[in-house]
Amino acid sequence: MDPLLLARLQFAVTTVYHFFFVPLTLGLSILVALMETIYVRTGQEIYKQMAKFWGKLFLINFAMGVVTGIVQEFQFGMNWSEYSRFVGDIFGAPLAIEALLAFFLESTFLGLWIFGWEKLSKGLHAATIWMVAIGANISALWILIANSFMQQPVGYALQNGRAEMVDFVALVLNPNIWVQFPHTVLAGFTTAAFFVMGICAYHILRKKNLLFFQRSFQIAAIFGTFAIVLVILNGHSQAQHMVESQPMKMAAAEALWETESPASFSLLTIGDLSQRREVFSIRLPRLLSLLAYNSLDGAVSGLYDLQTQYLETYGAGDYIPPVAFVYWSFRMMVGAGFAMLALAGYALFMVMAGVFVNRPIILKFFTWAILLPYLANTAGWIMTEMGRAPWVVFGLMRLEDAVSPTVTGGMVLTTLIVFTLVYGVLMAADIYLLSKYARAGVPDDGEAPDEFPASGELTFAAAQE
Amino acid sequence: MDLNTLWFILIAVLYLGFFLLEGFDFGVGILLPFLGKTDAKRRVLINAIGPHWDGNEVWLLTAGGATFAAFPDWYATLFSGFYLPLFLLLLALILRGVAFEFRSKDENPRWRAAWDWSIFIGSVLPALLLGVAFANLAKGVPIDSVMNYSGGFFNLLNPYALLGGIAAVLTFALHGAIFLSLKTNGELLESARSAARRLWLPVVVVLLIFLAATYLYTDILTKLGVNPGPVPIAGAAAILLAGYFIRRKREGLAFAMTAVTISGAIITLFMILFPRVMISSIDPAFSLTIYNASSSDYTLRIMTIVALVFVPIVLLYQGWSYWVFRKRLTEDVETLTY
Repeated sequence: MDPLLLARLQFAVTTVYHFFFVPLTLGLSILVALMETIYVRTGQEIYKQMAKFWGKLFLINFAMGVVTGIVQEFQFGMNWSEYSRFVGDIFGAPLAIEALLAFFLESTFLGLWIFGWEKLSKGLHAATIWMVAIGANISALWILIANSFMQQPVGYALQNGRAEMVDFVALVLNPNIWVQFPHTVLAGFTTAAFFVMGICAYHILRKKNLLFFQRSFQIAAIFGTFAIVLVILNGHSQAQHMVESQPMKMAAAEALWETESPASFSLLTIGDLSQRREVFSIRLPRLLSLLAYNSLDGAVSGLYDLQTQYLETYGAGDYIPPVAFVYWSFRMMVGAGFAMLALAGYALFMVMAGVFVNRPIILKFFTWAILLPYLANTAGWIMTEMGRAPWVVFGLMRLEDAVSPTVTGGMVLTTLIVFTLVYGVLMAADIYLLSKYARAGVPDDGEAPDEFPASGELTFAAAQE
Repeated sequence: MDLNTLWFILIAVLYLGFFLLEGFDFGVGILLPFLGKTDAKRRVLINAIGPHWDGNEVWLLTAGGATFAAFPDWYATLFSGFYLPLFLLLLALILRGVAFEFRSKDENPRWRAAWDWSIFIGSVLPALLLGVAFANLAKGVPIDSVMNYSGGFFNLLNPYALLGGIAAVLTFALHGAIFLSLKTNGELLESARSAARRLWLPVVVVLLIFLAATYLYTDILTKLGVNPGPVPIAGAAAILLAGYFIRRKREGLAFAMTAVTISGAIITLFMILFPRVMISSIDPAFSLTIYNASSSDYTLRIMTIVALVFVPIVLLYQGWSYWVFRKRLTEDVETLTY
C-alpha cells in the first residue's frame, strides 16, 4: 500500500485522538485551579471538594493526553524523516522548547499536586495546580508556534538545501500564531466548561449533591460563556487571516469554485468532486465578503483562479485540497460553535435566574452537549490540516516529499493497525473510568449546607427549595 | 568548544538524566510482580515512584526534542531507522503511563492485574529496547551515503545489542531495588534489600561481559585505548562498591554507586561516539557527525540560550519535588494515593 497515504492516515488517527484529551486538559486545569484558589481564599470545604472531584476527572483525562503526546514527538522522525531533515533547523526548536518549558513543569507539579495534599501548605498546593495549568497552556503555545510555521512559514531562509532559521523572533511572532493560539486555548476552555456543565446537569437532574453541582455549574457557565464568545470572535479574525495567508483553504472551506465579488456565503453546497464543480448551492449574498473584509464588497478568490495562480508561482501540480473534507469540517466546527454559544447563553441565564430543576429536557440536553466541543475541536483541526494539502509546509514542501523513504507501507500499516487497536481499548477504559467517577458524585456530607450563608450569590440555589 | 560539541554534551546530559531517574522507576516496575505479593504492597511500590515517574520520562522527551532541534539529521535517521523498536517503545510507554493513573481507580482484581502487567511490560520493554538501541549506536548500523538507515528490524537484534538490552534491564532493576530500600518500611524494605543483594552479582557479571564485548564490537580501542580512562573505570569500580554498601545496608551510598555506574556507561558510550552521532557500518565516511547532522549555528545559539536559562530551573523544581516526597512509605493503605 501507499506509504504516503498510510503515513497521513496514521498522523490523522494519532493526532485527532491525542486532541480528544488536550483541550479538556487546557481548560479543566484552569477550572480546578480556580476552584482550589477559591477554597484557599474562603476556606469553604465545598471548593476543596470541587477541586478534588473535578481534579480526579482531570487526572484520568490528563494521563491519556500525556501518553498519546509522546507519539507526536516521535512521529515526525519516524514517518516524516525527509520533513524532519528539511525543516528540523527551524521546526525542532519549538518542540525542544515545549518539552523543556512545559512538559517538565506540568509533569513535576502535577506529581506534587496529586501526592501533596497533606505535605504542602494550602496556598502552595493551590500554586502547584496553577503551575500545571500554566505548563499545559505554554505547551499549546509552542506546539502551535511549530504548527504555525507549517501554515505560514516565517523567519527562515532556504539555504544548504533546507529551511534554516534566521529570525527566532519572527518565528515566535508569526502572525498566524496570534489567531491560532487564542482560538485553540479558548476552545479548550469551552470544552472544559461544557464537560463540567454536562456532568453537573446529570446530577442536578437527579437532585444529587445539588449545592455542589449547582455551584460547579455556575463557575463553568460563566467561564464557558466568556470562552465561547471569544472563540467565535477570534474565529472571525482567524478566517480573515486565512483569506490573506491561505486563500486556497478559505475557498475550499466555502466550496467556492469561481471567484466572486462581492462573495456569497454557502449555507449548503452539494458538489460533484470528480468534475470539480458545484451542483447545487444555497448562498447568502455578500456575507462572505463581510466575513472576509468586514465590508459588503470585496472579491474572494475561487479555487480555479487560485489553482491558476499557484501553477504560475509553484509550477505544475494540483493545489486544490480535498474540498469536501474541508467544506464539511468547517461547517461542523462553526455549527457546533454556534450551538455552544446558544447553550452557554442559556446556561448563564439559568444561573442568573435560578431555574435549574424545572427544565429536565434542557438538563439532559446539556449532558449530551458534552460532545459538541469534541466535534468542533476535531473538525477544526481536520479543516486546518487538510486545507493545507498538498503542502506539508505551505509553499515550501509537499506532502509526498516529506515521508520517510526507508519506511515501507507494510511497516506503517502494521503500526497503524496496532495503534488503532490499542487506542480503541484505552478509549474504552478512559470512558469507563470517567463516567464511573462522574456518576459517583461526591459524598452527601460534602454539601454541608449549614455552613453556607444564604448570601446573594446563592440565591439561584435557594430558589429551588 | 564549539556549539556542536556543547549540544552533543547537552544531549548526553539529557539522556543521562533520563537513565538515572527513569532508570530506578523502570526498575520498580520490573520488580513489581516479584516484590508486590499483595495489592497493598503493589500500591506501595507504585506510590514510591508515583510523584516522579512522569517528570522522569520528560527527560527522554526533551532529549528527543533537543536531538531534533540541534541535530535534525540524527533525529531523522535514528527515528526512521529504528522504526519498529521505537514503535514498541511508544506502545510500552503508553500502556505504562496510563496504568499508573488508572490502576487503583477500580477495585476489580482483574482490572488491577491487567494494569499491573502493563506496568511490568511497560518497564521491562523500554529498558530492553533502549539498551538495544544504545548498544547499536555504539556498534554502528548500516547507514547509506544519503544518511538513511538501510538495515532491517532484525539487524538491530544482534548479540551485542541484546546483551546491552539485558544489561540495561538488570542494572535498572538493581537501581530500582536500592531506590525501594530507601523508600519503604517493614517487610517490603526487607524484600527490596534482598532483591538488591540477589541482583548485584548478575549485574556485575553481565556488565563485565558487556564491557568485554564492547572491546570486540565497537571501536572503543582506537577511540579510548586499552586503558579506557577514568570514566569507565569509575563506573566499574562503583558497581563493585555498590555490592559492599548493599551488604552493609548503606542504601544511600549504594544508590549513589549505581548512579555512578549508569553515568559511567552512558558517558563512555558518548565518548565512543564523539564526534559521530550515528556510526555507519558500511563506510565510515557515511557516518553522521555533530557537524554534518547539525542545525545551523544560529539555531544552536538560540537553543543554547534557552537551555542555559531553563535547565537549571527545571533541576531546582524537580529537586524540590524529590525533597517534598523524601519520607518512607508504609503499607497503611489510607495514606496511599494511587
